[in-house]
Amino acid sequence: MDTKKDTNTQNFPVRKIPTWVIAVFPLVLLAGLIALFVNTNPIQVTTSELPPIEDLSFQRVNLTRDHIEIKVTNSGPDQVVIAQIIIDEAYWNFEIDPYNSLGRLESATIHMDYPWVETEPFEIVIITSSGTTFAHEVELATESPTANAQQFLAYGLVGLYVGIIPVGLGLLWFPALRRMSQKGIGFVLALTVGLLVFLLVDTFLEAIEVAHLLPGVFQGIPLTLFAAILTWLIITAIGSQQTIAERSSPRGRKFIASLIATGIGFHNLGEGLVVGAAFALGEAALGSFLVIGFILHNITEGIGIAAPVTRDKPGLSWFTLMLFIAGGPAILGTWIGGFAFSPLLAVIFLGVGLGAIWQVIFEVGLLMQRDAQKENISVVNWVNVLGLAIGIALMYFTAFLVKF
Amino acid sequence: MQINLSRREFLKAGILSLLAPAGAAALAKIAPEHQTTLTPPPILQDHDHSSHESMGTVGKVNHAANQYHPAEMLKEFDYGKVSQLDNGQTLREYLFMAEDREIEIAPGVYFPAWVYGSPSSPESIRAGKIVGRVPGPSIRCVEGDRIRITFVNAGSHPHTIHFHGIHGASMDGVPGNGDGSIFPGQSTIYEFDAAPFGCHLYHCHALPLKRHVHKGLYGAFIVDPDPEKYSGREKEIAKTRNHLYTENESVNEMMMLMNGFDTNFDGDNEVYAVNSVAFAFMNEPIKIKHDQLQRIYLINVTEFDPINSLHIHANFFDYYDHGTTLQPTLKTVDTIMQCQAQRGIVEISFKDFEPGRYMFHAHQSEFAELGWMGFFEVEA
Repeated sequence: MDTKKDTNTQNFPVRKIPTWVIAVFPLVLLAGLIALFVNTNPIQVTTSELPPIEDLSFQRVNLTRDHIEIKVTNSGPDQVVIAQIIIDEAYWNFEIDPYNSLGRLESATIHMDYPWVETEPFEIVIITSSGTTFAHEVELATESPTANAQQFLAYGLVGLYVGIIPVGLGLLWFPALRRMSQKGIGFVLALTVGLLVFLLVDTFLEAIEVAHLLPGVFQGIPLTLFAAILTWLIITAIGSQQTIAERSSPRGRKFIASLIATGIGFHNLGEGLVVGAAFALGEAALGSFLVIGFILHNITEGIGIAAPVTRDKPGLSWFTLMLFIAGGPAILGTWIGGFAFSPLLAVIFLGVGLGAIWQVIFEVGLLMQRDAQKENISVVNWVNVLGLAIGIALMYFTAFLVKF
Repeated sequence: MQINLSRREFLKAGILSLLAPAGAAALAKIAPEHQTTLTPPPILQDHDHSSHESMGTVGKVNHAANQYHPAEMLKEFDYGKVSQLDNGQTLREYLFMAEDREIEIAPGVYFPAWVYGSPSSPESIRAGKIVGRVPGPSIRCVEGDRIRITFVNAGSHPHTIHFHGIHGASMDGVPGNGDGSIFPGQSTIYEFDAAPFGCHLYHCHALPLKRHVHKGLYGAFIVDPDPEKYSGREKEIAKTRNHLYTENESVNEMMMLMNGFDTNFDGDNEVYAVNSVAFAFMNEPIKIKHDQLQRIYLINVTEFDPINSLHIHANFFDYYDHGTTLQPTLKTVDTIMQCQAQRGIVEISFKDFEPGRYMFHAHQSEFAELGWMGFFEVEA
């Protein structure tokens, strides 16, 4: 037999099959094999006696006078049937919307009348049809904010105090920064890096904390990291555009400053979420203390934004823009945290902040290195190390006011 | 209690749910078998608003599916198969079976119980087959009766029956004594004379004890006094206590076994009850006649908590600890407490009381609000 002809007959049937069929074929095979696996169930010996795996996440607990509203999501692989609800070791009546039987990733809202006691904690336990229990502690009972105009304004004001005011005050140091020597500016830039390093760590830890509120299926921590990497790459791509590629030009330095403002903005969004959620979760007593703390804590952020552009003459409108980029998100954050806190959104936002801050540290580092090269000294000199250390120390100690 | 899902389990479930065509039919097959046996509780969205402004459970327990009812357990006893021995002694023969069974203990809450059942219990007679129940059948006999219990273990673990009464070591129903632990598929016979008279209990004594008791292997063992052995006033009292005498019919007798269920197995009960169903007598108050003496055989088989108690509202009662005396051991009290396995008889009258609902419950508020609470409805 002719070898060539042989090859042809072998290839012939495959060539005639359309591409989409070839592409779909492995998937069909996969579905078939899974059907086979399930029908024969070779692991039955090990699983036949196992009870269903149930997992229920509390998404949000809203308190109004003598009333509790609980949003829960089934984050496990099996169906969950909510049978009864125990509050502080007592069964209480409830209504559930839409159904008390939740499929995978389905949510339901539970309404119950319960005379909770102002400023005292209580525990909600959901008991499922299999007798499995899921508990949620309301640490400090107080009326949850409802989204009316007055509350909206109040939360906006808190955001203003946490974000806009401290960043604005920090920016007022700009004229003073301009009078500084090259070494002084190096010091302030190093201080900025110090602040940012603190914010990087702080944002990451915050993300880890919020990630734990998420049902396991959403993979909170990986989600934060992916958001961070993506943000970092996007900012790098924007930054590599021709016109702003020259970092030592006034335009380039402004770009770095705006990057810092963006990174700080996302961080402040996270802080806003924390403050808003603290108010919403009934820790309002701590709220005013938290606000004062954040003002002192964030005042240094303004210096960070102003530091790269001390050689330039940015206009008032540019500063205003930076102020809103860096401080404005705090207002947005308090609103989200107060009225619609979602751990999923929070994790993504914090991840974006993480990526942005990381990129800013990198950019400011490059700027310092170029300055150091001009001066013919190492970027890791005592002045810069001291600046970095003081930056971290400033953030660390002012954080005493906002951490518990 | 949170159950963490391993990555592998998650992937398995994820792949299955993504591949919907093969998955839909497939998932139904892979689902654990006992899940399908659950009766889904009624959908709760249509509830009348006014009805939910209070504490308690939502919905109703399906007593028909349980095949027993807490109210029937109050009044019904298992007398066994009665015959006469050559020496004139009454012989009561029982067949007791232990098995695994899922029971509904609060509306929509199912508990994987271990149960005793007997063909001579009223539930079994009605159903025409052996119905396993928690608490187990309430054995009722008279002091001096010969009790012969053939015990068959149809469960998945070794079990025994240990009686709180007087008997020999080999009949004690503990591992290592007599036939010891009765393994699945095996059987034994426990035989003894019923003594002393009183309100007693029996329970499984296989190890680990705590697990075997709290899973549901326990029940009432009530030994009536024999009036022939007493004289004078005591004889008359004994007649009212003995189910074979007409004097007993003038008393409304109720068997209340206080129990609890640790549904998530964390060593703490999620549900407390008398006769296994949370708030059973809140939802269906016990109707009592105001001119009739009420007698409660009260038994505490609550696991995990050292004591349980009974408090009756707006009234006082006499109490016979262990029921082994014909004179009260406590007079004019409205609260009594019992340690684990302690029991006694409560006698109370609502004579000339205003008709209406009188509450009774454990005076541990936690137990009360987790299901151990009920009403007497005193009728005019």
